[in-house]
Amino acid sequence: MREVAVARKLPAKDAVIIGLGWTGSILANELTDAGLDVAAIERGPWRNTATNFAPNTAQDELRYRIRHELFLRPAQTTFTFRNKMDQTALPIRDWGAFMPPNGVGGGGVHWNAETWRFLPSDFVLRTHLTQRYGARFLPPDTTIQDWGVTYEELEPHYDRFEYLCGTSGTAGNLDGKIQAGGNPFEGPRSRPYPTPAQPQPFSPTLFAKAARELGYQPFPQPSGNLSQAYTNPLGVRMGPCTYCGYCEWFGCANYSKASPQTTILPVLVRKPNFLARDLCEVTRINTDASGHRATGVTFVDSSGEEWEQPAELVILSAYTIFNVQLLLLSGIGAPYEPAANRGVIGRNFTHQTISDVESFFDRSKFIFNPFIASGAIGMCIDEFNGDNFDHGPHGFVGGGYMGQVQTNGRPIETTPVPPGTPRWGAKWKTAVRDNYLSALKPGTGVHGSMYSYRDVYLDLDPTYRDRFARPLVRITMDFHANELKQNAFLTDRFAEIFRAMGAEQVVKQYRKAPYDITQYQTTHLCGGAVMGTDPKTSAVNRYLQSWDVPNLFVMGASGFPQNAGYNPTGTLAALAYWSAQAIRTRYLANPGPLVHA
Amino acid sequence: MPERRRKLATVLAIAAAVGGLGTHAHSASSAQDFGQIERGRYLTVIADCGACHTDPVQDRPFAGGRPIETPFGMVVAPNITPDRDTGIGGLSDAQFEAVVREGKMPDGKNVYPAMPYPYYTRMSRADVLAIRAYLNTVAPVHHEVVSDQLPFPFNIRASLALWNALYFTPGQFKPDPAQSPAWNRGAYLVEGPGHCGACHTPKSKLGGDDHERALRGYSLQGWFAPDLTQDAHRGLGRWSANDLVEYLKKGHNQFAAASGPMAEEVADSSSRMSDADLAAIAAYLKSQPGATPGRSPLPAADPVMAAGAAIYDDLCSACHRPDGTGVPYLIPNLAASASVASSEPTTLIRVVLEGADSVSTREEPTAPSMPAFGWQLSDVQVAAVTTYIRNSWDHAAPAVSAGAVREARKQLSAD
Repeated sequence: MREVAVARKLPAKDAVIIGLGWTGSILANELTDAGLDVAAIERGPWRNTATNFAPNTAQDELRYRIRHELFLRPAQTTFTFRNKMDQTALPIRDWGAFMPPNGVGGGGVHWNAETWRFLPSDFVLRTHLTQRYGARFLPPDTTIQDWGVTYEELEPHYDRFEYLCGTSGTAGNLDGKIQAGGNPFEGPRSRPYPTPAQPQPFSPTLFAKAARELGYQPFPQPSGNLSQAYTNPLGVRMGPCTYCGYCEWFGCANYSKASPQTTILPVLVRKPNFLARDLCEVTRINTDASGHRATGVTFVDSSGEEWEQPAELVILSAYTIFNVQLLLLSGIGAPYEPAANRGVIGRNFTHQTISDVESFFDRSKFIFNPFIASGAIGMCIDEFNGDNFDHGPHGFVGGGYMGQVQTNGRPIETTPVPPGTPRWGAKWKTAVRDNYLSALKPGTGVHGSMYSYRDVYLDLDPTYRDRFARPLVRITMDFHANELKQNAFLTDRFAEIFRAMGAEQVVKQYRKAPYDITQYQTTHLCGGAVMGTDPKTSAVNRYLQSWDVPNLFVMGASGFPQNAGYNPTGTLAALAYWSAQAIRTRYLANPGPLVHA
Repeated sequence: MPERRRKLATVLAIAAAVGGLGTHAHSASSAQDFGQIERGRYLTVIADCGACHTDPVQDRPFAGGRPIETPFGMVVAPNITPDRDTGIGGLSDAQFEAVVREGKMPDGKNVYPAMPYPYYTRMSRADVLAIRAYLNTVAPVHHEVVSDQLPFPFNIRASLALWNALYFTPGQFKPDPAQSPAWNRGAYLVEGPGHCGACHTPKSKLGGDDHERALRGYSLQGWFAPDLTQDAHRGLGRWSANDLVEYLKKGHNQFAAASGPMAEEVADSSSRMSDADLAAIAAYLKSQPGATPGRSPLPAADPVMAAGAAIYDDLCSACHRPDGTGVPYLIPNLAASASVASSEPTTLIRVVLEGADSVSTREEPTAPSMPAFGWQLSDVQVAAVTTYIRNSWDHAAPAVSAGAVREARKQLSAD
């Protein structure tokens, strides 16, 4: 006879971590170093290199890229989507615009390892833009805001993450001195990258030459696919990248791509005060009667059994959208209401504004061998990112880096054909054969920012529910005119460089409205539980501590008030170290709010 | 925090249980004698008693129950906790010493030489009683173990008298005054408690050590315990003393990684030895000249070599590099590995077929693994690539046959 289902209570832990990706792993390592007894609960499976990404199975484009092997299955849980507030959202049944990670290592397993820092001005965005252009220059209805933390405060933590990963790059600004060959626009860094930049194949080299001739200052993209063997400060070893071109969507078979598996987990799993539970989904963060103290979490294992894990400290470190969902379902923080423009959970949700240029070269003169690649290979320019240029004449704010960052020449997707080619049949095949080696298509050529708006947000769907009968998260998102203008301007500048490289034909693929949930952009969903200095407009304070529940810290890009023109991992990892430092040095000694509003 | 308090309470409960047992009537050791107990603890690490007597599945230190594979069948390691009924609590010190140093049970029967008493006999009586003193301090576990599970005729213990007459030379280690103290310490550790030859010395058909070829490698438990001598191709001649120390301490050095039974040895035993003792072991091993066989590598033009080279380029070279040198401390150097050109290709075939996990240690936590290729390569292909590896980069070794690969597959799937 089956007992009435009551969650069984596990022995209490000092800290429980929800989601064992990059930020969960960083926090687990930091908190166990501080002597805490830590349990991490991960919805997906355990993964390690030789078992799950062996070199004789990893490079399978059909399995990993097309069939999404590493990602959450929409049948387990999904979201609903609509562009506008007056539309009815429908559930997503096949991933498109972004890929929700699942499993130990999280997005750190499948990422390209493009390891950027945001610009100093990105962290004080509203103040900076208002001072330079005046408040009336900002797009109407934008809800951009300052982060509450500065680049200078985060610099040591960016540094820690880069040295954890062994990031390969060329410094552009060492202690305020601009360095030849690096990104002259970056904030000052306290020391060079731990390993030199990856050597560049032919097409990025040619891109850099053309960019220089146009007056730009190209530099190698900072890469978590390492140029040489490296031993990180935890004593974990990594090998040199082999340029196989199976990085994004894939786990690295060669111990060459920075991931929790290749940088932290080998040390973490040896610790007696660390416990990981895989295939367990947290369904709720529990609070006491006051609602202002978390008592732990409730999770369900793969047998459907419900368990309670009590803990003194709760670290929420799931993917952006699931962070927001757990806060909403746990009744922590006021849900955002766009009509009234109040509440914080779900507010300032953003993505990215990506576009591309496809270019075709004379195949008798250009052989690019696009399959020689890594996920973060490429030469970039940063002249049009953030506020690195005068936006005054252009009538928009924001920007992005752009570069020849072609990450692969994998056979199923790399089928470049000029416009006018039939979409199938013998002529299509001939065109693919003729152009494969001499056409260029960077993965995310123009990597533009997306700023936040009042009507772009997350809330709970009124209709659709998951297998636990919990409401799904509803995404309301569309592009605003500011981002479309930004994208047109950047895409045009990008195309000019390919023309200067000698392309015979350049096809611009502008990002257009409406926002299309079926077309992949990046997995860089941001916001929804943003950080800030005012509890009325932020879910967490500058240390990522919940304003409402001080023993809850919320990691990840859900804390970004708006998204910058870079990949987010470097910044969300730096924030994790920044938050961990505050927990270790201040919170544990005196648990309570670290900032008094 | 509550959890931590609970752990402390558990520790106290165990201490109380041990204390509650009172004195060990038959043992002269005193639970107050820290010096003797600590010496015994360290010798227990060197002798790696836990490797056999702790069942890794049960996590009850020294409570026995782990099946030990011998060429003649399974022997189950007994309970050596101080439990009086099922462990060693009832043995006198003399009885304990007789088991460890002479292979004699209290009832006069012989111990199966899966217990390495032919090595432990090199320890002094004081060493063995120190081990006893330490074992008296571990938690007693009531766990009945039936050790004897060998088939006929090996289940007749009387036959062991003959074995002893042939292979067992009792007696404490005698230092060689011509050698340095470090060398002598190393010799004592290797030939005595460390019992390296138990795996690494070739055996007769009856499982006795072939002393003429000491430490030149032997196949057991589906692995080839490699040649530890200075033979530059089949042994460790290319390793410096420091490479040896690093390997034993960290499980990894610039050339190789410990996996299989050696991973367990590193984790439980050598990684816990003192640096001075590891240096002593290295000094002793560096003095073992080994054989100097004639060498004639297969020509690169050999069709099997050509096929092996193609497979190597396609599947192996990304990690192990085209020149076989790998990545120091991460990907083993096939050009300098004692498991590659060994007299028997057991380990090489096995690792290609089913992969291998290397050991994680405090200094080298990474623990990279070799993936399995057995599902992907045919017997002929595995034979070709292993033959190629065994005859490249200055190696020379007999070709691997497809039949040997087929046999290895059969063995592995039976395990």
